Amino acid sequence: MAPTTPTKPMTFAYAPAPESRSVVDIAPSYGLFINGEFTEAADGKVFKTISPSSEEVLSEVAQATAEDVDRAVKSARKAFESWSALPGSERAKYLFRIARVIQERSRELAVLESLDNGKPIRESRDADLPLVAAHFFYYAGWADKLAHAGYGPDPRPLGVAGQVIPWNFPLLMLAWKIAPALAAGNTVVLKPAETTPLSALFFADICRQAGLPKGVVNIITGDGATGAELVGHPGIDKVAFTGSTEVGKAIARTVAGTSKKVTLELGGKAANIVFDDAPIDQAVEGIVNGIFFNQGHVCCAGSRLLVQESVQDELLDALKRRMRTLRVGDPLDKNTDVGAINSAEQLARIRTLAEAGEAEGAERWAPDCELPGSGFWFAPTLFTGVTQAHRIAREEIFGPVLSVLTFRTPEEAVAKANNTPYGLSAGIWTEKGSRILWMASRLRAGVVWSNTFNKFDPTSPFGGYKESGYGREGGRHGLEAYLDV
Amino acid sequence: MSDRSERLSVLKTYKLFVGGKFPRSESGRVYEVTDAKDRWLANAPQASRKDARDAVVAARKAFGGWSGATAYNRGQILYRVAEMLEGRREQFVREVADAEGLSKSKAGAQVDAAVDRWVWYAGWSDKVAQIAGSANPVAGPYFNLSSPEPTGVVAVLAPQDSSFLGLVSVIAPAIVTGNTTVVVGSEDRPLPALSLGEVLATSDLPGGVVNVLSGRTAEIAAPLASHQDVNAFDLTGAAPELAAELEAAAAENLKRVVRPQAVDWTADPGTRRMLSFLETKTVWHPMGV
Amino acid sequence: MADVTASDGALRRFLHGLPGVDAVGLQVRAATLGTRSIKTTAKAYAIDLAISMIDLTTLEGADTPGKVRALCAKGAHPDPTDRTVPKVAAICVYGDMVATAKEALASASGSDIHVAAVATAFPSGRAAMPVKLADTRDAVAAGADEIDMVIDRGAFLSGRYLDVFEEIKQVKEACARPDGGAAHLKVIFETGELQTYDNVRRASWLAMLAGADFIKTSTGKVAVNATPPVTLLMLEAVRDFRAATGVQVGVKPAGGIRTSKDAIKYLVMVNETLGEEWLTADWFRFGASSLLNDLLMQRQKLRTGHYSGPDYMTVD
Repeated sequence: MAPTTPTKPMTFAYAPAPESRSVVDIAPSYGLFINGEFTEAADGKVFKTISPSSEEVLSEVAQATAEDVDRAVKSARKAFESWSALPGSERAKYLFRIARVIQERSRELAVLESLDNGKPIRESRDADLPLVAAHFFYYAGWADKLAHAGYGPDPRPLGVAGQVIPWNFPLLMLAWKIAPALAAGNTVVLKPAETTPLSALFFADICRQAGLPKGVVNIITGDGATGAELVGHPGIDKVAFTGSTEVGKAIARTVAGTSKKVTLELGGKAANIVFDDAPIDQAVEGIVNGIFFNQGHVCCAGSRLLVQESVQDELLDALKRRMRTLRVGDPLDKNTDVGAINSAEQLARIRTLAEAGEAEGAERWAPDCELPGSGFWFAPTLFTGVTQAHRIAREEIFGPVLSVLTFRTPEEAVAKANNTPYGLSAGIWTEKGSRILWMASRLRAGVVWSNTFNKFDPTSPFGGYKESGYGREGGRHGLEAYLDV
Repeated sequence: MSDRSERLSVLKTYKLFVGGKFPRSESGRVYEVTDAKDRWLANAPQASRKDARDAVVAARKAFGGWSGATAYNRGQILYRVAEMLEGRREQFVREVADAEGLSKSKAGAQVDAAVDRWVWYAGWSDKVAQIAGSANPVAGPYFNLSSPEPTGVVAVLAPQDSSFLGLVSVIAPAIVTGNTTVVVGSEDRPLPALSLGEVLATSDLPGGVVNVLSGRTAEIAAPLASHQDVNAFDLTGAAPELAAELEAAAAENLKRVVRPQAVDWTADPGTRRMLSFLETKTVWHPMGV
Repeated sequence: MADVTASDGALRRFLHGLPGVDAVGLQVRAATLGTRSIKTTAKAYAIDLAISMIDLTTLEGADTPGKVRALCAKGAHPDPTDRTVPKVAAICVYGDMVATAKEALASASGSDIHVAAVATAFPSGRAAMPVKLADTRDAVAAGADEIDMVIDRGAFLSGRYLDVFEEIKQVKEACARPDGGAAHLKVIFETGELQTYDNVRRASWLAMLAGADFIKTSTGKVAVNATPPVTLLMLEAVRDFRAATGVQVGVKPAGGIRTSKDAIKYLVMVNETLGEEWLTADWFRFGASSLLNDLLMQRQKLRTGHYSGPDYMTVD
């Protein structure tokens, strides 16, 4: 027809669109942030943190010892006296200040997060950072309204909170921990994950800019041993942990017989259930967002697709077509959809489980995509022909790997969805409202997304049933974890 | 006590209450229960780990129906328990007086308070979701609602001292929201608990919602703590050392644990116990045409 | 697929059996695609592609032959200072201006540019069927290469799907030329009036079943014209229609697309929903007027490295 199309022999290939690294200035080394100051570890030990997309060393951070943990807890204890005595309205203003500074520095922090974690800048910029700021803003407003939260006329803080967070959403998990703790009048010692310590250390600087009193927030870096020291320290009143179910159980054993209050946000193996009357294009988006968001490093990832047999072929065709358009690569490229796997260790775990999937007879499929030569990468992958007996249907892979199962009736969908020790989240896709409510009431999961997936908001309580942990983060419910009620 | 009884009374064989039935312990064991002055009262069944297992099976089986019943229905049944208890007040006064060494009037006050507690919790059935839930104003076009749901099967170690008021005060808050329970009565004072089973059986409460065991607390509690199909554990009746052991064992499947603490059973119980055995479920739904 | 149009009932059952559209999910997807960052070589390619896809439009009561001639000159040589700029795809006018446009294009060495005429009592569609058909035949006879018809939204919204189907079919027949060829038929839904995304999906299938060569969002004459979500939904519809029938249909968003940034977002949607096969003026068009100058300004910026201004673009 119209012969005016450019004759240039090229396609609409997106040119590289790298976000500038120059907005972030990473120091060659960082100490522990205790009592408002950066100090070396007692024994001077350090470890390197690398960029998982290139294996480039980003910085060296201190490996906190038992002595350092003790120092941090004592600093937090000392600060607790005055912090908890402040009027709530004053605490609120500090938190509002923090929220604002985060908004001001959000591009810097997004780039930093993508560098240290490997997640696409599109997600750190559009999801992580806005949610981090919103979380502080939300809990800031609670600080002087605790008497109205439904926990009695004068709810008291617990004291010192020991908080251990994972590497998948480093700064967002920090916000989920620190914002409600401080709003309720607690002080904190927070340990970021070993592979993603940097944004927490930058947060220390944000506390400085906000003028937060010394010792209210202490950041200690280290590995699992440091985390265990913190959780086991007799001077803390509260443990908050997000991470694996295995470590969560160890923590629950550690605190047994103490008076420490505990909240645990652990693993999941969520079912994303698609009925034959689903809005199919949006369901495909929801499935993709459910399992490939953040490389599948999401505790509430929709890692089990339960599709009604009558639409299985149509849905899988559409899903594969969509997966072919996913752009895997440089996390700092603004057009990247799927970034790097966070660590060599995690990559090995994903590979092991994917191989188990094949060995157990499931059919593996991944779109053609060229993976970068250095760094840790795993192509978006789906397995069909999976049954509830397969390891890839039972174990949390924590990577971009989707297991596809089928069902015939709503009862069967519920039975299969609930047939797991986990209970963090679930998805339902159907145009029938009454079925959504029926399903939602029967799914044993703390968050149910109907006709959507992986949505988060500071006002919305998040947390699991069963072995996905206990306690809620977010909303009015999230305050309870930090109040003596 | 008169030394010339007009007639020889008929004694009751106390039995466990499991799945709505009254079995003896599968182990065939009993143990002597005495009053506060060490006088023999009865031979109570000494439940075994297998009795505990059977009770968990019964509680799990009952969970779907009980948690799925309407809040109004559960409230009516809890109120019915109060009605039935009122009618058997004298029996419980006697048992509580014997068990705790109380005067008739003090025991009567305990039983009255226990009846009133059932009434109090009965009224909570259709209100707890309104105080524990929330409508969440998320920053986007989504309808977002959080509601409480029962945790599942709750193992309860009833208080050792308060054999009836304390017992009722730990059972009612667990079941009013839809949980089902395996309750271990006070080790030395189990008779009011076993008799409560008889009341529950005639109060329209579905079998298996409350299962009552008697025996050695530590022996029965251990398999409950490690049982993978128990979702929560109320350790109220455990001594500190035992409680720590049980809490550690309960970590294996991340049971929700309520640690023992000093409680004044006559005081306003508040909502803490009810809320301890609830999960919060948050449902998101887009709003659009 | 013939069965589904056998009766009003069958057509209704078919259209209402299409998968539903979740509005929020659709909007989120369109917005996410809108965050693509198209830079340097990709941007240069996209700008030229967008220019070549424009149906350069004037649809005013005040249109005159002079105005139409100026538009044709602009379409043939969008940037008089730069002959590497591609021509637009078509000039879109009212039926009475078709002959003028054909002549003007021929004299501006733009005879390879199509002339599109709006028809069927554009923009309201409120006229008797014989009038609509006469309107169409008239434009075709005057040399229109393309006919942009509007559907009877009243009939559609009241559920008389078969009436709308027959209307499109008859207009399609009226597009035939004596030489055996036919003007290409674009079917305008006026999505702003259809209100719901479910309606847009149904209208898309209805039009395609009736023989539409293109489906088009809007007339540009109502408050809500082309939007990214509506266009994305129509792209999905043509994708699914080809999978079901083997017939490829084009898509034309129209109204409200004024900036290069917006145009590139649409091209990204086409690229990631349909791929290369639809990334030509044969299968994707922009119904626009002021968009062209913005594309030209951006093109100059890329070429010269500094920002241009409106004084350096021709106003017609």
